[in-house]
Amino acid sequence: MAGLLVYIHHDDGELSPQSLGVLAKAASLGGDVTAFLAGSGVDDSWAGSLGGHGAAKVLVADDGALAGGLSQPIVDAIESPAREADAVLFGAGVVSADVAAGLAARVGSGINCETTDFTLGDGGAVAVRPALGDTVMVESSFASSPAIILGRANAFASEPTGSGTAPVERVEVTVQEWSSAARMAGREQAETGGVDITEADVLVAFGRGIGGPENIPVVEQLAKALGGEVAATRAVVDAGWTSYSMQVGQTGKTVSPKLYVACGISGAIQHKVGMANAGVIVAINKDVNAPIFEFADLGVVGDVLTVMPKLTEALAAR
Amino acid sequence: MNIAVCVKEVPSGTSHKRLDPATNRLDRSGDSELNPFDLHALEEAVRIREGGADVGEIVAVCMGPASAQRALQKALALGADRAVLVSDDSLAGSDIAGTAHVLAAVVAKQDADLVLLGQQAADADCYVMAAAVADHLERPVVTQVADLTVHGSGIRAKRQTEHGYDVIEAPLPAVVSVSDAINTPRLPSIKAIMGAKKKPLETLSAADAGVDAGQVGESGAHSVVRSVAPPAAKSAGVTIEDSGGDSAGQVVELLAGKGLI
Repeated sequence: MAGLLVYIHHDDGELSPQSLGVLAKAASLGGDVTAFLAGSGVDDSWAGSLGGHGAAKVLVADDGALAGGLSQPIVDAIESPAREADAVLFGAGVVSADVAAGLAARVGSGINCETTDFTLGDGGAVAVRPALGDTVMVESSFASSPAIILGRANAFASEPTGSGTAPVERVEVTVQEWSSAARMAGREQAETGGVDITEADVLVAFGRGIGGPENIPVVEQLAKALGGEVAATRAVVDAGWTSYSMQVGQTGKTVSPKLYVACGISGAIQHKVGMANAGVIVAINKDVNAPIFEFADLGVVGDVLTVMPKLTEALAAR
Repeated sequence: MNIAVCVKEVPSGTSHKRLDPATNRLDRSGDSELNPFDLHALEEAVRIREGGADVGEIVAVCMGPASAQRALQKALALGADRAVLVSDDSLAGSDIAGTAHVLAAVVAKQDADLVLLGQQAADADCYVMAAAVADHLERPVVTQVADLTVHGSGIRAKRQTEHGYDVIEAPLPAVVSVSDAINTPRLPSIKAIMGAKKKPLETLSAADAGVDAGQVGESGAHSVVRSVAPPAAKSAGVTIEDSGGDSAGQVVELLAGKGLI
C-alpha cells in the first residue's frame, strides 16, 4: 500500500476538523489516499463517509483497547499499515501529536512538526514548516519511509470534497501490555454557555503576564472601554484563573476579531494559531523578546498592569 | 523512587535565532540557556520530593554540545542531584527520531521510575519528544500535564485536549511531559548555584551511552532540510517602549486611525 495514510482522530465519534483538513489536502495531491480510523464499535457507514472528505479507502482498527482515547494503543494499531505507506499524515491535536511521535519512534522515521504544506513527488514526501518564530520556512524531505507529517493547527481547511462513500477494510489489532497500561480515569467536557468569543469583534486577551487572577478586572475594564469581550491563554485556564470557554489557541477556540489586544501574552505557537488571523493585533508585554512582537501590528514593551489602566483611561477620555 | 528529567540547551531568548546557511542547522554559536519549558519539569520533580514522596534521586539528562554543561549546571542549581550529558560530534545534526533514541538510551541506564520532560523545546516548537521517548522505553506516557499526583505505584495526571480535560492514570515507570501551567518555577538561590558546582556532572560519548550510531547525527537523520526561505511578506509591525503608561495615546491613535474605536 504505497501512498498516503491519514490518521483521522475523533473524540467519541466527533471527527477532528484538523484531521479532515489534512485528508482533504492529501486528496488534492491526486493519488489514492487511505484514511485510518481507530475506536471501539466503529460503524462501517460512518467510516465509509470519509469518502466524502477525500479518502479512497478507509482502514478501521476496532478494538476495546482503542475506546479510551489514549495514544499508545493507537500506535500499535496503525504501525502495520504505516510501514507500508510513503507518508503518514496527522492533523494537529494533543492525541494526534502523541500518536505521530510514538509512531515515528516505533518505525524509526523522520517526523515533521507544525507542517503548513506538503507534497508527494518521485523523491518521496516533502513537508514545509515555519520555524524560528515563523521567521523562516523550512522545506524537508525524508531519507526513509514512511515520512511522518504532523500538521499545524488550522493550516488545512476541512471542506468536504464530495459526497462519496469509501470502501472500508478492517485491520487486525494487537495491543501490547505496556501500551495499554495507562487508562482514562475521567473526562471533563468543556463547559458551554457564556459569551461566544468567536463572535466578538474586539477581544482583550490575557496571559500569565498579568500576574494573577486578582488582576482580571483590569482586563475586563479595558475590554469594556473597547466594547469587546475578554479571552485568555491556555496557561491561565490550566492554572484555574478563568474558564476554558474563554481560551484561544490550539486546544481552545480559533478567533478572528477585528481587534485583538494581547495583554501579558508571550505568543507561543499554540496561542498564535488561534488568533493570527485577527485584523489588528496589539500586544502589551514587558519582555521585548516575546514572540508576540514578531506578529503584532503594534507592540508595547512595558508593564501590562500600568499600560492597561492608562489605555482604559485614554479611551474613556475620548 | 527516582526521577529523570530530560532537558535541552536552546539559544537564549535574547540572542538572535538563525539557521546556519552552510548546514541548515540551528546556529548555536550565540548565547544559550536551559530550555524555559524544562524549568517546569525540574520544578515539578522538586515539588514531588518536597510533597513527601520518597524520591531517591533526581537526575537531569541532556543531549547536546559541550556548552550544554551550563544548562545542566542550572538544572543542578534548581534541584537535580546529578546530571548526565551525552555529547559527541557524531550526534550533531540528529533529528527528532535520533534525539529520542539517544535520550531513551541514556534514561534507560538511570534506573528512573518517572521520566519528566517540558512540553516542548523553545527553539524547535516541537512537542513530540515525550511520546517518542516513551515508545522507545515501552512505558506509558501522558503529555502536556497541567496537574500531576504521584502515589506509591503510579501517577494521576490531568491534561487539556481540544474537548476539555482528561484525567489519566498510569502505573510507574512512566513518562510525563508537563505543561508550562503546572507550576511557577522558583529562582535558584545563590547557595544552590554554588552548591550545584559540587554535584556530579557526568559526560558520556555516544558509545558510552549505548547509542546505535546508525540512528543519530546527520547521517542517521530521517528528516533532511532541503531549503530555507523567508515566509510570505507581511507588513512589519511597530514596537514602542512604554514608560509609566505613556504609550496609551499612541495606541488610541492607531486604533482610531484604523476605525476600530
